[in-house]
Amino acid sequence: MNMDHTIGVPLISTGRIRHRRRSNEFPPEFSKSNGSQFLINDQNKYRSMWIRAYSSMWMLGVVSVVIYLGHLYMWGMVVVIQIFMASELFNLLRRAREDKHLPGFRLLKWHFFFTGMLFVYCRILNQQLVNTVTSDKFFNRLVSGLLKYQMVICYFLYIAGFMWFILTLTKKMCKYQFGQYAWTHMILIVVFTQSAFTVANIFEGMFWCLLPASLIAINDVAAYFFGFFFGRTPLIKLSPKKTWEGFIGASVATAISAFIFANILGRFQWLTCPRKDLSTGWLQCDPDPLFKPEYFSLPDWLSQWIHWKEVSVLPVQWHALCLGLFASIIAPFGGFFASGFKRAFKIKDFGASIPGHGGFTDRMDCQMVMSVFAYIYHQSFVVPQDYSVEMILDQIRSLSLEEQQALFMKLGQVLKGRQFGQS
Amino acid sequence: MQKDGNTGNSSTPTGRVRHRRRSTEVLPDISKANGGHLLVDDRNKYRSMWIRAYSSIWMIGGFVFAIYMGHLYITAMVVVIQIFMAKELFNLLRKTHEDSHLPGFRLLNWHFFFTAMLFVYGRILSQRLFNTVTSDKVLYKLVNSLIKYHMVICYSLYISGFMWFILSLKKKMYKYQFGQYAWTHMILIVVFTQSSFTVANIFEGIFWFLLPATLIAINDIAAYFFGFFFGRTPLIKLSPKKTWEGFIGASVTTIISAFVLANIMGRFQWLTCPRKDLSTGWLHCDPGPLFKRETFSLTEWVPQWFPWKEVSILPVQWHALCLGLFASIIAPFGGFFASGFKRAFKIKDFGDSIPGHGGITDRMDCQMVMAVFAYIYHQSFVVPQSVSVEMILDQILMNLTLEEQQAIYTKLGQILKDRLMG
Repeated sequence: MNMDHTIGVPLISTGRIRHRRRSNEFPPEFSKSNGSQFLINDQNKYRSMWIRAYSSMWMLGVVSVVIYLGHLYMWGMVVVIQIFMASELFNLLRRAREDKHLPGFRLLKWHFFFTGMLFVYCRILNQQLVNTVTSDKFFNRLVSGLLKYQMVICYFLYIAGFMWFILTLTKKMCKYQFGQYAWTHMILIVVFTQSAFTVANIFEGMFWCLLPASLIAINDVAAYFFGFFFGRTPLIKLSPKKTWEGFIGASVATAISAFIFANILGRFQWLTCPRKDLSTGWLQCDPDPLFKPEYFSLPDWLSQWIHWKEVSVLPVQWHALCLGLFASIIAPFGGFFASGFKRAFKIKDFGASIPGHGGFTDRMDCQMVMSVFAYIYHQSFVVPQDYSVEMILDQIRSLSLEEQQALFMKLGQVLKGRQFGQS
Repeated sequence: MQKDGNTGNSSTPTGRVRHRRRSTEVLPDISKANGGHLLVDDRNKYRSMWIRAYSSIWMIGGFVFAIYMGHLYITAMVVVIQIFMAKELFNLLRKTHEDSHLPGFRLLNWHFFFTAMLFVYGRILSQRLFNTVTSDKVLYKLVNSLIKYHMVICYSLYISGFMWFILSLKKKMYKYQFGQYAWTHMILIVVFTQSSFTVANIFEGIFWFLLPATLIAINDIAAYFFGFFFGRTPLIKLSPKKTWEGFIGASVTTIISAFVLANIMGRFQWLTCPRKDLSTGWLHCDPGPLFKRETFSLTEWVPQWFPWKEVSILPVQWHALCLGLFASIIAPFGGFFASGFKRAFKIKDFGDSIPGHGGITDRMDCQMVMAVFAYIYHQSFVVPQSVSVEMILDQILMNLTLEEQQAIYTKLGQILKDRLMG
């Protein structure tokens, strides 16, 4: 979910010249690039910039269509991106020679992928799934049974994969197989954690998914331009093209645009309403107090200068400031991690799906750190949570419909009795 | 938490002769060991058996003592075992040559360990912690805010570890550092998943921790004896000393003893009552429908001379049968995994903390698979049977203030409206 800007910028990259080499090998002149002056002088760079711009526009177009279509389609898009990322990462450390002797191994990795997907989405979308299958048709009853025993089903799928792995251990290839097993687990954890949190954010209201993703894109674009015009002091050895001027300029730009962008995005109910089930129709809801404008009257000297008497600020804009701060300061470390990883294993890109940009994982590396933070921030600071009430509500949610209704009636009686007792 | 029997033996190993070499290198003649006959012929085996028996007695003694002391002490024991396991595993793939150039790296591992411990135990024990401090106003507010911001705190700690890692990446050692980072994550996941589920089980009632652990031990001992006397057909290439006869005999034994042990253990309230807070005193509770005996009369099934006319069975014994089945058929794969891992990386034992047994991870490999299953089984099949409308109503009326009760009332109304409209 990257809304890459139309000018098409190198985003997370280092000084690699992507269009020159098709293979994934590390160009030897890499470490000798000296800053952003190369960009202006190199003729071929304009051609690569054009390729990148073209892919960026396509990506932007697709993302906009999906946002228009709704939450369910966004979930679908996240799943598709996940599959591509997992595919790229699975292929990355696979050695074709060993893999020939292990026929079922790729299937095993996708088995674990499927188990992970089932587990993660059943937990995150539990409430939405339960609300969608309340009628008594056979399929729906099957699905509710599935949801009730989701943990056992996922556990047995995992154990089946585990046993399959052990039974296929071959002498002389134990080390390779264990390495692949660990690698598969790490990939699935990385891919599923961030996509689970992204999907949870989508269903809480597309705003909470769209804003962080846009902030990452804005940060990258702004870092590129500030580095382009003012870049002089290198930032970190891992990414030689990044500069302190770019970093600081981008931080300021991201914070300001977070503030403004939140105001713009917060006006649309399509973006701010949470989705309680898996329907695709229009959404109406009572807007959260976070999205109701508050008016601040400006001090006299300022209002004389810019001719506005008061400023309407949505309370959510302050939260957006925090998100913007994180996006500019900490999220780039996701990019550094990916760069370091690529250097460690001497690969140029994670894949070659997107022309001019590399693979899906190259585009998603900063997004991953941001979406986890956005979810945790939302759960801790935005949603008002009363701990004891939530725990009991969790227990209540596991009851059947009749039991919930019985509880509701009994509780109502007790509370009415108390009210009369007090008055 | 292995209650190795007094004849102390061979939980999951292959034909390694542990007492002969101190180093952790694999012996070259392992693959030529031919079944159970070696055990009988070898004189030194009796000495090693004695060493193992001695350590086993100490482990059982410590374990029984912890159970007597209570839930909190068992949790502490689990935490201590975890720390030792993590230490063994962290050291395992560390290469001292590279590590001398990376000063803060070991500290980083322990930073992630501490973060994981805070996260996992915070989630599992939050309700109990909450119940312990309801009396004191100041502590109550502090604990409430800690629990509310628990995720943020753990996330910040993790992110700071992540940033520390990135800032400490050194040229020419990237691959080693990334490998260590991934290895640290895998270890922490393995260690903390099973220990968190173990602790969750403990607080649901020591029974749900004791029974699975005992079943694993019984399975190992029975497999050893059946293999010793009848073992002929090898089971799996990874562990050449295991035999099909041992496997099947142990399965039958484990299932029968699961049934019997559940009956014995289910009579003690100390073992069956859940602990709702972090106190250490005596426990009284209503045991729940699972632990109330039902009597079946056998008169129409057995002949007249049979002395017992009826049999009293606790419903929990049927659950114990399922646990026994899993312990005998699937849990040994944890042992095979550990054996395969040791062969792949050419190490003999994970450590040498316990004389005669190897390291703590060697003892815990099957237990880990079992603990996860026991927790998931308990949450899916046991808990739904014991949660009832009356219990929840009691909780609401006793623990919450009037405003919170009204909040629950309105939220419940909303939930019902959403469900009925959907």
